[in-house]
Amino acid sequence: MSNQLEPIKDPGLPAHVHRKTDTDPKAADRAERQVAAMFGISALGTVLLVVSYVFIPDDIFVFIPVMGNQNAHQLGLGMGMAISLFFIGLGAIHWAKTLMPDHEVVMQRHEFRSAEEDRKDFVATVKEGAANSGLGRRSLIKRSLGAALGLSALSPVLLLRDLGPLPGPEQKMTNWKSGTYLVTDPGDRRIKASDLEVGSVAQVMPEFANPKDRHLDDIAKDALLLIRLRPSEFNLDPDRLAMTHEGIIAFSKICSHMGCAVALYEQTTKHLLCPCHQSTFDVTRAAKVIFGPAARPLPQLDITVDGEGYLIARKPFSEPVGPSFWGREK
Amino acid sequence: MTVEAKLGQVANYVDERTGAAAFLKKSLKKVFPDHWSFLLGEVALYSFVILLLSGTFLTFWFDPSMREVVYEGSYQPLEGVKMSAAYASALHISFEVRGGLLMRQIHHWAALIFMAAIVAHLLRVFFTGAFRKPREGNWIIGIGLLTLGIVEGFLGYSLPDDLLSGTGIRIAEAIIQAFPVVGSYLSYFAFGGVFPGEVFIPRIYIVHVLLLPGAFLALITVHLMLVWYQKHTQYPGPGRTEKNVVGYPLMPMYMAKAGGFFFIVFGVTAFLGAVASINPIWLYGPYTPGQISAGSQPDWYMGWLDGLVRMAPPIETYFFGYTISWNILIPGLIIPGILFTGMALYPFIESWITGDKREHHLLDRPRNAPNRTALGAMSLTFMLVTLINGGNDLIATHFDLSINQIMWGTRIGVLVLPPLAFIITKRLCLSLQRADRELVLHGRETGRLLRMPSGEFVEVHEPISPEKAYILTSHEQLPALDLPAVDARGVKRAGALKNKLRSRLSKANAESVPKVSADDLKQIENH
Repeated sequence: MSNQLEPIKDPGLPAHVHRKTDTDPKAADRAERQVAAMFGISALGTVLLVVSYVFIPDDIFVFIPVMGNQNAHQLGLGMGMAISLFFIGLGAIHWAKTLMPDHEVVMQRHEFRSAEEDRKDFVATVKEGAANSGLGRRSLIKRSLGAALGLSALSPVLLLRDLGPLPGPEQKMTNWKSGTYLVTDPGDRRIKASDLEVGSVAQVMPEFANPKDRHLDDIAKDALLLIRLRPSEFNLDPDRLAMTHEGIIAFSKICSHMGCAVALYEQTTKHLLCPCHQSTFDVTRAAKVIFGPAARPLPQLDITVDGEGYLIARKPFSEPVGPSFWGREK
Repeated sequence: MTVEAKLGQVANYVDERTGAAAFLKKSLKKVFPDHWSFLLGEVALYSFVILLLSGTFLTFWFDPSMREVVYEGSYQPLEGVKMSAAYASALHISFEVRGGLLMRQIHHWAALIFMAAIVAHLLRVFFTGAFRKPREGNWIIGIGLLTLGIVEGFLGYSLPDDLLSGTGIRIAEAIIQAFPVVGSYLSYFAFGGVFPGEVFIPRIYIVHVLLLPGAFLALITVHLMLVWYQKHTQYPGPGRTEKNVVGYPLMPMYMAKAGGFFFIVFGVTAFLGAVASINPIWLYGPYTPGQISAGSQPDWYMGWLDGLVRMAPPIETYFFGYTISWNILIPGLIIPGILFTGMALYPFIESWITGDKREHHLLDRPRNAPNRTALGAMSLTFMLVTLINGGNDLIATHFDLSINQIMWGTRIGVLVLPPLAFIITKRLCLSLQRADRELVLHGRETGRLLRMPSGEFVEVHEPISPEKAYILTSHEQLPALDLPAVDARGVKRAGALKNKLRSRLSKANAESVPKVSADDLKQIENH
């Protein structure tokens, strides 16, 4: 082994190489002026900051090459701050590098292990302390203390119970009921089949008596996509086909993977794409997953029209919308 | 009175009231070794200070509330739009508070730099073996800081409640929900009911500005105290040993350099905040679960996680009516869990493999620890492939590729490329060791050609300096552990399988090109 061979010798710390400022007083004075100049530039930066804050209005734009149009107020504040800080740093480091003594110093390390005697004493003290407490012998104390400590940890868990309600049926329900009107979003107008051209897509919501009652909690479950194809373009089971109306098919817009809005629709391929993780759903095959990490199709809503031709939901969703959870199918 | 005399008086004043003279004298003379790579941790520390300062500024105006308001500020395109008070106040900071936008951008840039510096510092510590005894505890604290940093960053950019950040929260909620059995409960407790509810932003606000910064402060303090107490590691070189530290004293050299460097980091961050727009929330609009912007990307340090989630196979299992979403659990919890646990335990794993329980204060040159370096390259490759997939939509649009191709490329790449990186890196390390050996034995190539009387051309080699020769040969080459499967009497030893594994790993770990010894050199001279 090479370890047994004699290693190449350590030549020791190289001799200190003098800097120009160490030997030439003129160079040292020059370095001092350079450091002072940098601190001076820093001060100018602060002046720029103050001037920008007080005098430059925030609606003036200036053209800076490469960066394009920049807000003068914003740029002045930022550059002033950057200059005032940066040059303090630059000056300090230049000062250290040119004028402060740069002799390397050697400091000895000591092993962290204590002296053998101390170690022995230490271990003995620990053992003695443990023995004096009687923890080893009095197992009743040990066990009851363990149990008490363990139980006391329950109180913070219990006290946090009111962070939220327990999951209830609302977790699996949406505002889509039998006969709920589909309304435009935004606008809250009822929709007729003829409002939707073949090839187009629209986001709709369930009708609320007062649209102001619709909160984000509702949108997070109710958002619905309407897509109109030629009926011949579908490749659906008969029962799924029956859920469409004149080529209009409705899917939950909330991704079955992680709940993002499935907002990208490609007209030529009739694919829906979720921009978060690129799960791709085939509209012609009831939003079957054809690519990406989603494991389930987007839930389809059964739609039809009322007597006047307005689109309504025939039935609620037959499954919870959005990402999976443990008791989803219960 | 001169400055020196005044400072002397201060020192006297302090000591008469604390008796700290002995301690402070030693501290001010404390030696720090000098190397650019030791600045990486400093950058992380300084960005943290910048984060505290700029973050405090932002809290004076930010309203962490999900209460619905109608926007009436100066930004015309959102006039009259319904939004949360949090988003409205973030717009107020951006448009009406002078310097507010600058501070927001400094805060965000500092967060990106903070995470980048932590990762770079971690790589430096890993590749040079600085985590070895006695610094294993500090390594674990570092991994803790990295983990907290990811969480803190995510919470931070979630606060403005814009369309992009709300989408991030939605994804976080899906991950929480994916926990078997308790997922829905955890989600209901976190959000105070169904998503998004009205309590989440105020809750993560207090976590972001109080709880986690407190944890950071505590951990950073311990981290630095340990660096101080255990003294800094140093690179090998002439005069540098396991028993000493060579460098410059704290006062004045290090105070000036480190203090100056803080201002430089702050200055650069301010410059970025001034000229480089980051997270322009006014362009995204307020969050609503029914909308999304294309090209939704998390901040860079979350990109690998997003990339993993994107490439996960679409697997869910159903039994007795219960759902387990492997497509979320594997990339979102299981793989990150394994990665971070493995990272935290690595110092112990390595010392188990080498059997080396001694203190180490001299750093390794990465080539002299081929297995460790290869393992690092392998992990980096894994992260890089997943990070690329985290940006697959942007890459697809920028380079005119199909997203499906990138996804499949990274799905295969994430399995194939890391082992490949391991093999290549290990070979490279051994080749570099061989090159070192050549250099010490035969000197450096001068580029001068000599024509011999016989007509042969040879290149003149020049011996390298004794300092260089020492640097190239001062490392240790530990032999592999010898753990026989049977004992002296031919009986199988307990834990034979574990020992076999350990022997194998140890053998792979000890693979090296023998370094040049003084004997080798003598032989050449005589030759």
